[in-house]
Order: sequence, then C-alpha cells, then structure tokens
Amino acid sequence: MAVLNEEQEMLRDMAREWTVNESPVTEFRKVRASGEPEAFNRDAYATMAQMGWAGVIIPEEHGGSDFGFLSAGLVVEELGKTLTASPLVMNTVAASAIVLGGSDEQKARWLPRLASGEAIATLAVDEGPSHDPAKIETSVSDGKLSGTKAFVHEAHGADLFVVAAKDGLYLVEKGDGVALTTRKLTDQRSHADVTFDGAAAEKLANGGDSLLDDVLDRARVLTAAEMLGMAQQVFDDTLDYLKQRVQFNQVLASLQALQHRMADLFADLAQMRSAVEAGLQAVDAGFGVARAATIAKTEANRVMHTMANEGIQLHGGIGMTDEYDVGFYLKRARVLEQSFGSSSWLKDRFSKLSGY
Amino acid sequence: MATQIEPATQTDEDAFRAEVQQFLADNFPAELKGQSNALAGVDGPTNETPAQTKWREAVGARGWGTPTWPKEYGGGGLTKAQAKIIDQEFAKAGAYNPIGGMGVMMFGPTLLEYGNEAQKKEHIPPITRGEIRWCQGYSEPNAGSDLANLQTFAEDKGDHYLVNGQKTWTSGGQWADKCFAIVRTDKSDKHKGISFMLIDMDKPGVEVRPITMISGTSPFCETFFTDVKVPKENLVGEEGQGWTIGKRLLQHERTNISGGGSLARLMGQSLGDIAKKYQPTGADGELADAVLRDKIADFEIRWNSFLLTARRAMEESKAAGGVSEISSVLKKLGTKLSQERSELLIEIRGLQGLGWEGDGFSDGELEAVRAWLFGKATTIYGGSTEIQNNIIAKRVLGMLDHQ
Repeated sequence: MAVLNEEQEMLRDMAREWTVNESPVTEFRKVRASGEPEAFNRDAYATMAQMGWAGVIIPEEHGGSDFGFLSAGLVVEELGKTLTASPLVMNTVAASAIVLGGSDEQKARWLPRLASGEAIATLAVDEGPSHDPAKIETSVSDGKLSGTKAFVHEAHGADLFVVAAKDGLYLVEKGDGVALTTRKLTDQRSHADVTFDGAAAEKLANGGDSLLDDVLDRARVLTAAEMLGMAQQVFDDTLDYLKQRVQFNQVLASLQALQHRMADLFADLAQMRSAVEAGLQAVDAGFGVARAATIAKTEANRVMHTMANEGIQLHGGIGMTDEYDVGFYLKRARVLEQSFGSSSWLKDRFSKLSGY
Repeated sequence: MATQIEPATQTDEDAFRAEVQQFLADNFPAELKGQSNALAGVDGPTNETPAQTKWREAVGARGWGTPTWPKEYGGGGLTKAQAKIIDQEFAKAGAYNPIGGMGVMMFGPTLLEYGNEAQKKEHIPPITRGEIRWCQGYSEPNAGSDLANLQTFAEDKGDHYLVNGQKTWTSGGQWADKCFAIVRTDKSDKHKGISFMLIDMDKPGVEVRPITMISGTSPFCETFFTDVKVPKENLVGEEGQGWTIGKRLLQHERTNISGGGSLARLMGQSLGDIAKKYQPTGADGELADAVLRDKIADFEIRWNSFLLTARRAMEESKAAGGVSEISSVLKKLGTKLSQERSELLIEIRGLQGLGWEGDGFSDGELEAVRAWLFGKATTIYGGSTEIQNNIIAKRVLGMLDHQ
C-alpha cells in the first residue's frame, strides 16, 4: 500500500466500510438476478455520488474534490473487492477526457453533473473485440458522427458517450442517432455495441494529439485498480478457505505444497500492487504516464489471470459452484484483461515506448 | 507551505552538501574516478594502490562510509538525509564508498544491536575505517537450509572455548581477518544450543580452502576449525542466544542480496538496447524477432514492478517505523528475476553469449557468462527460495507449521 495522506486514508476507509456493509457480493448477485441490461443499482450509485466518489478527479470549481487518480484508485479497489457493479470507473475515465480536452463551456455543462451522479458518461473507443485504438473508422462530418463501437462498457446507463473518431474525441449524448445492441458477456455487466448514425457530436478540441492515449491510460490504471481489489479479495478468500478446510485430518493450510503456492501468489500480488499504485501516481504527477500505465495494466493482467485460476483450483470442486464467489472474479477478470489492452498488445506498446 | 523551520533546514543541508563537495575536492584522487570498491564485496584480495589507501583512510577518518552509525564507534553520526547527500555527491563526483564488505552490510549493524560496550569499542571502529575484513561462519556441510542443524562445537574451557568443526560457503574466507560464526555450545537443544561468537582467522587450527564453482574461481571457501581457542569475551550476547542474533543478521543479508538499489545499478541497461546490437531490426528500429521482443518486454515490465516493489517496501518501512511485510518477498523475487535476465541475455546473444574465455569475446560478454553461472547461487544462499516461501507462509500469511 502506497503511503497515503489523511484525506486518502479517510476516503479508503469510507469506501471499505460502505462496500463491506452496503455492497457485498450478495448485492452483485441481486443485480445479476434482476437481468436489467444496465446492470447496476441506481440507488447505490446515487449514494456513491453523494459520498463524492464520482467527482474524485473532477476540479473543485466543477463540483468535484480534485483528489486525483491515486485517490480514485483507492475507491475503485474497494469496489473491486466486492464486485460492486457501477459505472464509476467508466464515468471517471470519460470525465477525465472532458477535464483534459474540453472547452470551458463543455466542462461547465458536464462535469458538475458527472460529479453529482445526475448524469453518467462512458468511453467508446474500440470497434472490434480486441483493444486497438489505431483501428478507428468512426468519422464526423458537419458535426454528425457515424460509426459502430464494440463492447462499450456501461453503455446502457450512459447519458453521454465520449467517442473516438478518426480525428479526435467527441461528446455524443444518448438519443437520436444512437442505438444500442446488448452484448452480454461472462461478467454479467453492461456491455453493448453502440451504433452512431449521424449523431450530433461536439469535439473535445483541447488536450492535443495525445488526448486519446492520455484518456486510455487513465482507463488502464483505473481498470487495473479494480483488478487489484479483485485479486486481493481472491487471495484473502482463498487463504481463509485453506485455513479452515480439513482433509487427511489436517487443515490444508498446513500443507507445504499449498503454502508455497500461496507465497508465490503473495509475491505476485505485491508486484501487482506496486505497479498499479505507481501507474495511478504517475497520472497524478503527469510524468511518464504512458509507460507507467502500460506496466500497471500488464502486471494487473498477469497477476489477476493467475490469481483467478489458482483461486478456483485451491478452492477445489466447491470453487466451481455458483454458490461460491470465486467464479465471479474469474469471469470479471477476463473481461477486464481484454479491455483497454491485452497483455500482448501492451507488451508491444511497451517495446515501442522503450525504443525496441 | 513556507514554515520557519524549512529555510533553516534547507540552509543546513546546503551547508552540509558544500562540506561534502569540499571534502571530495580535497581528498578524492582523480585516478579513482569511476572505479568501484574492491573491498566492498567478497570478491577479491586486498591489494590496494596508494591512491585507494589514501581515499579509504580519508573517508574512514570521517566515518562517512558508515554515515548513520554512532560517532562514538567511528561512524558518521549523521542523519539519513545527510547520508543521502553523501551518496549523491559521491555519485556525482564518480567516487565510490571505500568502506564496505560484510562488516558494514551485516555484522556491524548486528553487533551494534547485540554487542556489549567492549565489543563495540573493539570491533566497530576498524569496520568504519575499512581495516578489518569479516567473513560469515554459518553454513556447514549438513546445515544448509536447515541451518540450525549446525554441529561445529565450542566446548567451555573456563576462560575460553575450544572450537572444532567445519563451515562451508565461507564467502571471502581466504581474505578475511575475522569470522562471525554461529556454533553449538549445547548439544541438547537444537535452537537454544547455538551461540554467536567471533573467531580470529589467523589463530592456530583455522584452515581455509577455496572451492571451485561451476562459474570457475569463487570467493567461497571451506573453513576447518581444529582445537581453535576462542576467548570468552568473543561471545556476543548470551550463550544460547546465537540463533536469535544469527537470524537478525540474516535479515541484513537478505536486504542486501535483493537490494533494489544495487541491483538496479547492476541491471541498468535495457535488454532491448542490448538486443538491438545482436539481433536484426526492422524499419522502425524494432526487433525483427517478434517472439524475442515480446519476451524482453515481458521481462522488463516485471523487472520494473520489482523495482517499484523494492521502493514501496522502503517507503512503507520508513512510514511505519518497522519492516514492511512485503520485504519478505524481495529476496525471492529479485534473485529469480536476475537469473531470468541472465538466461534471456544468452538467448539474445546466442552462442556469443556463452563464451568461457578468449579474444573472440568482449569483457562484458565473458563477465555475463560467469554472472549467469554464479547467479544460480543467489536462490540458494541467504535462505533458499524454498526457505523464503516457508517464512512467508508461516510468518506473513499465518499458515500452520508443516512437518
């Protein structure tokens, strides 16, 4: 755990208390059972926004607290632990696009509503099943945006889409010319292909040529933070399970073969936490963001992948049942692993950034 | 954040920085610029040039080689902030710290904690002046990972002990003046029968034989003790307290083996940059072998997160005023990654990366081969990876003792 200041500790403790008491995994089960495509609890999200979590990276003049990405990551990590279904991550990423690239007028119009929870925004970049921001066909003419975005996270609840077109990022409100096709993925959360057919679009004209990369790096570090919470929870649950499960007249935790696997996972988790926190801190410092975010998401992918698999294996047969939570983490893990950069894509990017 | 105290502190630091700069200008021989400390590790005999001697004596006299150790025992008596300034200014001037070795890294801190006043007065000052080299008498042929199984016996003879037995993997034993050893003083209790004592290597009955390793010559030795007389005042702590003291010392050793700082310097050059000199590249300067390129990126990313972890452990320890629980994983991770790097370096260089000797290989290539082989020891010594896993499972994760 990074060394935190007092505000950050309070924020984390508040998030931890709320998720444990008000949003345990049973709440996610309720969302799943409801079958609603937007797949989150509006009342819970309103509460989260009231606690200020939707505005953590939004400037104070626009209704946020401007605590920064490390702080946002602390909240997201806690939400990840209990698989809290909410558009908070995507809303934060979309808001960051407006903070970085919006005009004064765009900021004044959207940021206060995104901070208060009155409106929800998301990011729509990829046009295929694999993350590839170099392959964008969506285009804009005369302020009308057309194209299809694939597997947009939290699309169903979104009032506003931050859309990547060939020549930059645009704001598109839900409504005329915006059509959703639900794509139900293994994590049972909100995903949809979104077709824009001459939808009214406003360009985010500031932020320079790197705006899309900068926004995607913010998506990468926050997604990695969610995965960090998930990996930590799988580790803790698995360790608890090994300490109580008895076979051969002894608790499994006393078996050296399992102890060493847990020691390996503990070391992996330490690496993941260091990389993710450094990624969040780099965004706040505004220095070395591309590299740090690439490392953060690659390490999150690697460790979460192993952690989910080992979590199931170490739980044994009971880990395969829907009654146990560990399977939910596996199913969410893979969706996040493939979002905003698979490991092979990220390693290619890292090589380029490093000049080889 | 302008407070009244900050400008004063800043001025103090500036003044100290100026003092260090002046000291370097007065004392650091230009011919030593860029050299490293031959005495620091365990890997060479003590043949100092006059310039090296002059530099060691100058730094030793100030206690700046051990800047945070107490002044009364020859240390610098400085704050961590001041020690950092010394580090920075020495690095800027291309000057090495001439005070090092096991005395500084492991034995000194342990003796400062457990030694009595007379012992500290006798043994610490020569370490701070770089005059005495210490070696470690821990492992035995039948006490490696199961270190507490050691059998070297120190028999109580009234005013002295009579020591008999064999130690192995005594790093730098052939060049050492003194040995800090754990020996058995009681055969009836595995752990409480162990004591920590100091043995002069030039005493009759001490015999040292260097061991040839898979990497060729090495600093490792076998050390035999036959009826060696060790005075009672050389016992550190109480009789039977040796296991506790010995383990404390190992914590210092592990920090040094994994040590983010020194490893970072060692592994500074990007494997990608090295690969571009040995492997074909494409139009944009990218490595043409996409699989190798992926492997290198995969390694470098994990290496980066290890360095971040080492830094985080340090920051957490500082903030909490104690050892961070993730310190326990640093040795295991750092040694594994550096082995992996050596293997990847061979894949990058092909057979050119496996040279044993001859003009067809650069010094760097030959050193890398020896380092690759010697590096296999790092996951074995200082508590093997398997022992580290036991420690993590038991102490950190609270998993039960296995039998």
